[in-house]
Amino acid sequence: MSIFEYNGSAIVAMAGKECVAIGSDLRFGVQLQTLATDYKKIYKIHDQLFLGLAGLGTDAETLSQRFAFKHNLYRLREERDIKPSAFGQMVSATLYERRFGPYFCQPVIAGLEPDGTPYLCGMDSIGAQETAKDFMVAGTATDSLLGICESLWRPDLGPEELFETVSQALLSGQDRDCLAGWGAVVYVITKDKVIARTLKGRMD
Amino acid sequence: MAQAGGFSFDLCKRNEFLEARGMKGPGFTKTGTTIAGVIFKDGVVLGADTRSTAGTTVADKNCEKIHYIAPNIYCCGAGTAADTENVTGMVASQLELHRYATGTQSRVITAMTLLKSHLFRYQGHVSAALVLGGVDFRGPHLFTVYPHGSTDSLPFCTMGSGSLNAMAVFEAGYKDDMSKEEAMELVARAIRSGVMNDLGSGSNVDLCIISKEGVEYKRNHEYLQGKTYERQFPQRFAAGSVPVVRERVYDIRKAVTVVEGEPMEMES
Amino acid sequence: MATALPVRAQVPAAGQATKQHASWSPYDDNGGTVVAVAGDDYCIVAASTRMSTGYSILTRNKSKILRLNPKCVVASAGMQADMETLHKMLHSRHVTYQFNHRRPMSCPATAQLLSNTLYYKRFFPYYTFNLCAGLDDEGRGAVYTYDAIGSYERVGYGCQGSGKELIQPVLDNQLKAASPLVLPQQQWLSSLPLEQAVDLVKGAFVSAGERDIYTGDDVEILIITKDGIRTDSLQLKRD
Repeated sequence: MSIFEYNGSAIVAMAGKECVAIGSDLRFGVQLQTLATDYKKIYKIHDQLFLGLAGLGTDAETLSQRFAFKHNLYRLREERDIKPSAFGQMVSATLYERRFGPYFCQPVIAGLEPDGTPYLCGMDSIGAQETAKDFMVAGTATDSLLGICESLWRPDLGPEELFETVSQALLSGQDRDCLAGWGAVVYVITKDKVIARTLKGRMD
Repeated sequence: MAQAGGFSFDLCKRNEFLEARGMKGPGFTKTGTTIAGVIFKDGVVLGADTRSTAGTTVADKNCEKIHYIAPNIYCCGAGTAADTENVTGMVASQLELHRYATGTQSRVITAMTLLKSHLFRYQGHVSAALVLGGVDFRGPHLFTVYPHGSTDSLPFCTMGSGSLNAMAVFEAGYKDDMSKEEAMELVARAIRSGVMNDLGSGSNVDLCIISKEGVEYKRNHEYLQGKTYERQFPQRFAAGSVPVVRERVYDIRKAVTVVEGEPMEMES
Repeated sequence: MATALPVRAQVPAAGQATKQHASWSPYDDNGGTVVAVAGDDYCIVAASTRMSTGYSILTRNKSKILRLNPKCVVASAGMQADMETLHKMLHSRHVTYQFNHRRPMSCPATAQLLSNTLYYKRFFPYYTFNLCAGLDDEGRGAVYTYDAIGSYERVGYGCQGSGKELIQPVLDNQLKAASPLVLPQQQWLSSLPLEQAVDLVKGAFVSAGERDIYTGDDVEILIITKDGIRTDSLQLKRD
């Protein structure tokens, strides 16, 4: 068994027209046993920047705390929120530092740059950055999610359409993965608001 | 937490323990790649495909594999994506500082030595296979750097999973003292043969032409193929197609607006 | 995608361990994806035509579909040599059946035959992932999906091979058909009109071709109706 399949997760992020959305499943399990069904894998860095961490739960929690800490220090020094692209670079550097003893986490970063353009980026567990204009996926159901995103995504989706598309992709993708599922949460980030919606999904 | 630099090994023991308990480690994003380079009359042409893979799925359809080293030096990378990215980045920073200290143009052989000494130090565990090219005061140079730190200096070279496909084209078509156009065409053809015939390589062709006059970075020099079919009945989702249990909307407009004005007079 | 399969040579005779080359395997994965969608009065079967091994393409034009008769076909992905053997075997069994019964084998009967054929090699399986598709005795579309050793189920649509993870959720999302075994009974045949179903299959293959390195070159599409088998094709990316 791969260490990535110990807890199970599904994360999708998509870019729209001046908006981005990021969503995750809600299952927290240990191998095939489900322990909780309200475990979000999305962490808020600041209002316009969200981070999804797929993989081993303990490492995701540790990393999210380290990134929150680093962002706090950045804010004290710079008196502003970090740009998503700079944050991506920081996450990448943090992961590559442990090249030979990695955190078992695959991050997905979604945010809006200060000028309102969407920023999406994903990484493997040692920080090989991969920026995308369309969508980014991570977790135990990557293939399922990639397939459905590839056929549902269109350019320039508005916030509402983007929400429906991400949600459909996430629900259909995770239904084919027994380690992820049990409902989902989706955040849509626009210039002046963040919409958080909890979705009803199959509970099996 | 604050460190001088270098790698951190504090999770190695734990990961080793997990692996001993039958947990497989993660697979990394690889660039199962075709990269190539050729020396022509007054410079170097580097080429690369743009596919990065995670196992048998394509992770990135249009990634950049020709990395900046110095204004007169570029480097194509194959192998583990994170390693090629970081090893070229580190050498680029070292050369930048070196240029500040000496005020001279960076030499290709310096970049090559920095790369190989780093790779040799890690005994092949930093798995980067590189094609390094550039022009300095001694003329054009082309090197291949292997993951263990050995190097070659050749008039034409290829690397990655599509290296044999590309090398076949080079062996058939290489001439000494080619013109820039001839060299570009040859490299593009070599990369194309990797893209078409090697499953680890795909999508587009990037080129980078370095000569004494300067650098032309031709990102997506050849865009080979788009999607071959557009859906006639595309799936559109009406609002409310997904069951929502709970919704929260956060207003994140900034409460304070900063108005630029004249600076206040300060008494001295 | 390679499911771990038992290899006969790995079971040593009692008392003595047999030696074999550490990296040799009797199996090879030649990739490729097959899809089938059943409708009220039609059945669509599609298969990519690329055959590969490792990082190389062996051919860009290899059919993975065996046409037994105008109402039943078998499509297989996995290892080409096993697929060829299996198809040859099914073809010859079908010829014999026709001599004995004076009619072509029905789709449900072929499905059972395929299951038996696969299970016959339970401990040294054919490395093939199959779909049996066609029209049933009432003229409705029928798709049967298998594992490598003959466990099978009738479904509304199915997908096998290297791109199955990519395509399956796309079909799930748009066809939303439950298994025919689910109670209370639900609509499990695709209610899509034929053109829309073909469009869906083509779209799914294009998506899989973008992301799966073993799916590409061309797609062979068979449309089975009461009037016989019509073919269609779709070009995919060749990289």
